[in-house]
Amino acid sequence: MVYLTRKMEFSASHLYHNPSFTPEENRRIFGKCNNPHGHGHNYVLEVTVAGEPDPATGMVLDLKELKDILQREVTDRMDHRFLNYEVRELNGQIPTCENIARAIWNLLEPKIKRGRLHRIRLYETPDLFVDCYRNGAPKAAGRG
Amino acid sequence: MSEGLKIELTRRYRFAASHRLHSEHLTNDENERFYGKCNNPYGHGHNYVVEVSVSGDVDPATGMIANLADLDGFVEREVIEAFDCRNLNEEVPAFRERVPTTENLCMEVFSRLRQFPKARLERIRIEETGSNSFEYAGE
Repeated sequence: MVYLTRKMEFSASHLYHNPSFTPEENRRIFGKCNNPHGHGHNYVLEVTVAGEPDPATGMVLDLKELKDILQREVTDRMDHRFLNYEVRELNGQIPTCENIARAIWNLLEPKIKRGRLHRIRLYETPDLFVDCYRNGAPKAAGRG
Repeated sequence: MSEGLKIELTRRYRFAASHRLHSEHLTNDENERFYGKCNNPYGHGHNYVVEVSVSGDVDPATGMIANLADLDGFVEREVIEAFDCRNLNEEVPAFRERVPTTENLCMEVFSRLRQFPKARLERIRIEETGSNSFEYAGE
C-alpha cells in the first residue's frame, strides 16, 4: 500500500454561534470566535489517498485528477466564502475545524474512485489541526 | 456517511527548558561517551514543541470534540507551568531518577495529560528541535 498526499489552501471566514444558546452562553463558550462580524483563516488541507500503484502508470491515481476534484469540491465551494452562510454542507452546524474536516471528508470520499481516501488533515492555523480517518484504518501516512 | 469516521484534534504548544542527559546506571566515562555533548554538567536547553492529539465525539451543540479553552487551560496547568523555563532534571520530580530524554518526556507529558476529562488523549508528539521528534501513544 502506498499513501499519496496532496496539499492545498483556501481562505474563508466564519463565526461560532449557536442560536439555542443565550448570548451570554455563546460568548462564554465560543469566546472571541463568537464575534458576529466573523473572522477568517488560511486553511491548509492535506488529502491522503491509499492504494496500489497501477503497473501501467506507476501511479495510485493521477494527481491532476485529484487536483481537479479538490478544486471542484473544496476550493470552488469554500475559498473566499463565509462558511456559515455560503456553504450548504455546513448548514445548521458550527463551522469548527472538526465540522469542516468532516464535511470535506464527505464531499471527497465518494469522488475518489482510484485508491481510497485514507486521511484528511485540515489546519485552521499552524497550531491547530484536525485529522479524519475511517475507524480502524492503519495510521501509516506521515506523522500522526 | 460520517458513520465510522474517527476525528482527532491536534493542538501545538511550546515551552523552553534545560536538561542534562546523565544516567546513574553508567560510569562518568560511559555517560560522557554515550551522551556526548548532552552530558555537559551545566546542561543545555531546547525550544520544545508539544503536539497533543485528542479524539472523541463532536458535540453537535458546539461543533467541538473539546473546547479549546479547556484543553489549553489543562495543558497550561499540567505541562507548561511545570516545564517552561525550568531545568527538567532539577525541577520535575519524574526526572530525578529518569533521564530527561525526549522519549521519557513524551511519556511524562502523556501521563500528565491522560486525565483530561473532556476527550480521549490519543498521542503526544514532541519536537526537541526542528530535526528530532518523538511520539508516544500510551501502552
